[in-house]
Amino acid sequence: MFKKFIIGASAAALLASAAHADNFTGAGATFPAPVYTAWAQAYKAANGSELNYQAIGSGGGIRQIEAKTVDFGATDKPLKPADLDAAGLMQFPMVMGGVVPVMNVPGVNPGDIKLTGPVLAQIFIGDIKTWGDPRITSLNPTVKIPNLPITVVHRSDGSGTSFVFTTYLANNSPAWAQRVGANDSVEWPTGLGGKGNDGVAAFVKQTIGSIGYVEYAFAKQNKLTYAAMKNKAGAFVEPTAPAFVAAAAGADWTKAPGNYLLLLDQPGAASWPITAPTFVLVYKKQDKPETGKEVLSFFDWAYKNGDAAAVQLDYVPLPAPVKALMRKEWADTIKGPDGKAIYVSK
Amino acid sequence: MTLTIDSSESTPKTAGRQSAPRGGALDPVFEWMCFGCASLLLAALIGVIGTLMVGGWPAFHKFGLQFFVVSSWNPVTEVYGAAGPIVGTLITSFLSLIFSLPIAFGIAVFLVEFCPPFLRRPIGTAVELLAGIPSIVYGMWGLFVLAPWFALHVQVPLLTVVQPGSWLDKLTSGIPNGANILTASIILAIMILPFMSAVLRDLLLTIPTQVRESAYGLGASTMEVVMSVSLPYIKRSAVGAVMLGLGRALGETMAVTFIIGNSHAFPKNLFDSGSTIASTIANEFNEATSDMHTSALIALGLVLFMITFAVLAIARALLGRPKVV
Repeated sequence: MFKKFIIGASAAALLASAAHADNFTGAGATFPAPVYTAWAQAYKAANGSELNYQAIGSGGGIRQIEAKTVDFGATDKPLKPADLDAAGLMQFPMVMGGVVPVMNVPGVNPGDIKLTGPVLAQIFIGDIKTWGDPRITSLNPTVKIPNLPITVVHRSDGSGTSFVFTTYLANNSPAWAQRVGANDSVEWPTGLGGKGNDGVAAFVKQTIGSIGYVEYAFAKQNKLTYAAMKNKAGAFVEPTAPAFVAAAAGADWTKAPGNYLLLLDQPGAASWPITAPTFVLVYKKQDKPETGKEVLSFFDWAYKNGDAAAVQLDYVPLPAPVKALMRKEWADTIKGPDGKAIYVSK
Repeated sequence: MTLTIDSSESTPKTAGRQSAPRGGALDPVFEWMCFGCASLLLAALIGVIGTLMVGGWPAFHKFGLQFFVVSSWNPVTEVYGAAGPIVGTLITSFLSLIFSLPIAFGIAVFLVEFCPPFLRRPIGTAVELLAGIPSIVYGMWGLFVLAPWFALHVQVPLLTVVQPGSWLDKLTSGIPNGANILTASIILAIMILPFMSAVLRDLLLTIPTQVRESAYGLGASTMEVVMSVSLPYIKRSAVGAVMLGLGRALGETMAVTFIIGNSHAFPKNLFDSGSTIASTIANEFNEATSDMHTSALIALGLVLFMITFAVLAIARALLGRPKVV
């Protein structure tokens, strides 16, 4: 009796799940996973189709979309235009975040210590070994910084955050570019590796005199002491949502082939110099136009209605002109087997 | 503890067939099903080894023996040398063995020789509970409790006492935040402690009573009986059991990843951060996009598999003939 019930219930469940033919799947970066999940819940309530997103990491996301096992891939590390063309993929940005240097220096408030890109690179490469180094104190003449040894904390796992941060350091320091390079996983010259943003935050909190880098959401939620950075315009800015928005405002996406654009050292007096978008990858030629249409419809919905949820989760939404540009690119490049655009935003 | 089937002791097949019980016709089917299960296991093992070899071949082909000796792990220039993780794995595992073996032995001897009956149950339960704690909980405990304590009470006082350049400084220099090889070994020791004490206790219980009683009868104290009679009697099997504990420590991932500091360079001393094979794979496999990076990680997995296989084979040989438990 019980056995029959189990068999019947599982058959019913299978049939029920088969009825939702318009569900779609995505996989990739862990950084946007919270906002994608929040959007998926709201989208399901509004439209009925369900997104199944798996935060397996940017590398995993790229591999899965190339293997066509998911409907879209998500990555913090954008693919270069040549790789996109070789794979037949199109990439577009969804939300942005900032990478924030955080530190544990007693007696210092968030934003008190000012740093520049070259000095930050020298710290992370191991040239600057103590907080009392003149290269730091000359930038902070009025701040009382104890002369502690600097402990660098970096990510032990591969991560889009590391990619953004090391690209910023490589842009600001030829020594870094030559010795270490920019990648989601590099051979760090010095320091400890923490696993994930929380690992880095934990090490920084526990080690006096340490400096690390985390996503903005993390720094804000854990109330870590951050540094003010000098941006391209020469002003020292603190990492806040308006600073990220300012960085995104000046960017020209039309001049970025394949939308390969990291918002590092963007012009503008209020811009945060280490801002980065997170990207979505879809195929230009869609084999299953209905699923592709559902995917684009979801992201269009997110562009229209998802800003409030993103801001609440400490992400930074894209500016409206960028969204309009992306909609146009969808209509121009993403086509079904018949050669016609599968989704045109209304 | 080990459950093995000694086929020479099973019932002879002719007996069942001659009396032809009700389900007798299904016997061959049952036999084939069991054979299928066993061969499934073998197939999985061969599949794992095959996948590791095929996946790791590009890395072995490109780096050759340098893979085992070079300690530079650079995903940007695609040069991978596994010396750091391999050395870290071996050091943490052996150190954890050195830390936990005396304590495990002490627990086993206490439970067998000294323990009053009313305490036997609680201590046994406590040891089993310790064995049941998930390894990631150990990792978190290590990161949030042990590491700060170690930094504050061991490393910071050492920093004030030690003169730079002295031999003590060379032995104990390292970032004072408690995430180093020594603390990782301590966590591993706590993790393999329950297993080892359970095995040692079972081994001590296999000693025939006459052997121990005759030693007591000759006037030996408890310590002399344990050291001179019990220990030599179980020596060979104890080494085998210890190797099994070592096998567990070699593969431990999450507990170590949190607290070992994750630096690929060759560790300078015990207070320096390092990495193990398992922690390297856990950290980097998800995000490894390039083929050579993935292949290097799979090659690392094959190295760990070989080390564990060798340790377990030695353990098997030392534990002697399998006995029905």
